[in-house]
Amino acid sequence: MNINATLIGQMITFTLLVWFTMKYVWPPLLQALEERKKKIADGLAAAEKGKHEMELAEKRATTLLREAKEQAADIVGLAQKRAGELAEESKQAAKEEGERIIAAAQAEIEREIQKAKEDLRQQVSALAISAAEQILQQEVDRNKHADIIQNLGNKLGQA
Amino acid sequence: MASEAHGGGGATGYIVHHLTPLSAGEGFWTFHLDTLFFSVVLGILFLALFRKAAEKATADVPGPLQNFAEMLVEFVDSQVKDAFHGKSVLIAPLSLTIFVWIWLMNFMDLIPVDLLPLIGSVVGLEYLRVVPSTDLNATFGMSISVFFLILFYSIKVKGGIGFAKEMLLSPFGKWMIPFNLLLKLVEEIARPVSLALRLFGNMYAGELIFILIALLPWFIQPLLSFPWAVFHILIITLQAFIFMVLTIVYLSLAHEDH
Repeated sequence: MNINATLIGQMITFTLLVWFTMKYVWPPLLQALEERKKKIADGLAAAEKGKHEMELAEKRATTLLREAKEQAADIVGLAQKRAGELAEESKQAAKEEGERIIAAAQAEIEREIQKAKEDLRQQVSALAISAAEQILQQEVDRNKHADIIQNLGNKLGQA
Repeated sequence: MASEAHGGGGATGYIVHHLTPLSAGEGFWTFHLDTLFFSVVLGILFLALFRKAAEKATADVPGPLQNFAEMLVEFVDSQVKDAFHGKSVLIAPLSLTIFVWIWLMNFMDLIPVDLLPLIGSVVGLEYLRVVPSTDLNATFGMSISVFFLILFYSIKVKGGIGFAKEMLLSPFGKWMIPFNLLLKLVEEIARPVSLALRLFGNMYAGELIFILIALLPWFIQPLLSFPWAVFHILIITLQAFIFMVLTIVYLSLAHEDH
């Protein structure tokens, strides 16, 4: 229990231990701790930033969606209007076409009537001539009596 | 168990044998070889362990060893930051060394009291006292080193004149200089003495109780030695912690300029 030279040995040992710890043990460990602290802080900041950016993106997405919806509604409206116009136009065209066809048909009918009248007149005049031949019992000279026949034809045509 | 490792003398002889260090030399130049050996081995164990952790230290996910080292480092660092407000590259590593080294030396107390002396007697060592902190030389070795550091920092921070003023003029002013000096000297010297004796006393008493338990019949020994060992785990940690905290406090007082 007496104090002796062991004391000096212990003091030297202690000094060496402290020196070694101070030089080679403490700084790297503390540095690792500090670095990790910084890393965690950075990570948290990045997470916060990411969250903020996500919120912004969401907001932007909502705006874009609303704009797109509005645009779509506009387009649909325009298309409906155009479709109405087209229907109106085709209706008009069909009406015109129909009228045209009716007009053409009427013209055709008119022409047919004229043609039938002409035929009828010629047949009647031929009939009349043959009837007259029979009545006269002789040949009617068509050349001699051309103006009479012509006259007759005209009268029939007027009837 | 009680009567195999020593020459005779019954219970007293057994106790005395256990408390006698293995020494070499004469008078003051006596060396307690067991104290020196175990404290150096434990110191190297501490340094090797922590150096390994420090070498591999990364800011990424730490391994178990680094985790353990970091836990102690943070614990010591927070203690230092609580008590010491200046900037010093020495105090924190010093505190870590004190805490872990004292803890390891105290821990030798928990090794069965006869185990290492028995092994020692097999290899021809007559005496072996395995707990370095039951040696006053070990505890004073640390506390006197700390005392020198206190003096060094007192003079460094306050200057020679400032330190002399503090020694001579407080607490009672210039008319009481001799009395002031006496008070201050007692105060300064009481620090290393109390540090060393507190640690020594606790460890010596603890070891003594383990030795006394070892003298009892074998079937009673576990009943007593187990609770005492559990309690002792608390004591060895507490003593290491007290030594460390007081060192920090003393050094921070040395840094304060009045």
